[in-house]
Amino acid sequence: MSSNREDFDEFDLGSHVGEEHVAGEAPPGARHPTLGSELRSYIIGLALAAALTAASFWSLDEHVIYGPGIVMALIVFGLAQVGVHLVFFLHLTTSPDNTNNALALAFGVLIVSLVFFGSIWVMSHMNQNMMPARALLEMRGG
Amino acid sequence: MSAPTTALRTGRDPYHIGHAPAAGVPEYTGHGAGGPAPKRIVVGYGFWIFILSDVILFSCFFATYTVLIHARNGGPGPQEIFDLHGTALETACLLLSSFACGLTSLAVARRNLLWSEIFLAVTGLLGAAFIGLEVHEFYGLVARGDGPTRSAFLTSFFALVGCHGAHVTAGLLWLGTMMAQFPAKGFKASIRHRYLCFSLFWHALDIIWIGIFTVVYLIGKITP
Repeated sequence: MSSNREDFDEFDLGSHVGEEHVAGEAPPGARHPTLGSELRSYIIGLALAAALTAASFWSLDEHVIYGPGIVMALIVFGLAQVGVHLVFFLHLTTSPDNTNNALALAFGVLIVSLVFFGSIWVMSHMNQNMMPARALLEMRGG
Repeated sequence: MSAPTTALRTGRDPYHIGHAPAAGVPEYTGHGAGGPAPKRIVVGYGFWIFILSDVILFSCFFATYTVLIHARNGGPGPQEIFDLHGTALETACLLLSSFACGLTSLAVARRNLLWSEIFLAVTGLLGAAFIGLEVHEFYGLVARGDGPTRSAFLTSFFALVGCHGAHVTAGLLWLGTMMAQFPAKGFKASIRHRYLCFSLFWHALDIIWIGIFTVVYLIGKITP
């Protein structure tokens, strides 16, 4: 049974997009998505990613978004676009074949968050607690 | 009766909406019920682990940039050196390149050599255009004396964006190899698995670029 699975091709993390379409090689009765439906996934992904990119660049305009909120808006647009790429380009799904990929991704997100936000957190506290050299000299001299 | 057990009995995949396996296709349960995972799944998983480790490497560079963004030693800050028109153009090149890579995947799945080569060439040309724009930006900065040795901020900028550019350059070499191997070796399993890894690598580089244009360029542009 499992040899049939080798006949299937997916050039992403494992949806049914990109399955083998060569006549006579697919298992009998296998239902294949049409080229149109596969193409649609990539086109939707491209449209969403382009819209989110445009929104990111556009939000720099001070008149569009309340000034102090721009950074948060940029982060939200960026994370949303990462999600779009994972779903529509890499085809990371919740299917059983993808369980290990999704778990590995979750672990990667954890480590990336620790490294990135941890560094910012530690360094900002250090900068606060370190007195600038000039202020230190003035304090000693006075 | 829990949903997965019911689904096993009825032969439907509860986790893959709209893609119920057809007759003759073994059930993928993710728990070894269908036998060992096919090599394609194992290869993709292994390369996915590598990509995630690469993302962690990049997260260190991102953290360095964010921490050092104010360490300018009297040199220029992000507002003075970034040209967002160039960044937007680079972003468009890389996004369209990623899309063309997806089209290549559809052509490779159909073993269509002509369209595989055409879309691979489009992917590569857009990637090369991206590298050209980046080299142009770097050259302009170094020519003005704002090279990586100018300040800690510029060191972290060149390290992060340069590391991504080096990855794209390596990807272009890989892409050229694939373009040569499809006609020379055909669409045999080992070559298809190699292409699977390449497509994952190329899409992942676009994801890293989302972080770069957001954190480095756009947030940099509004950081005084």
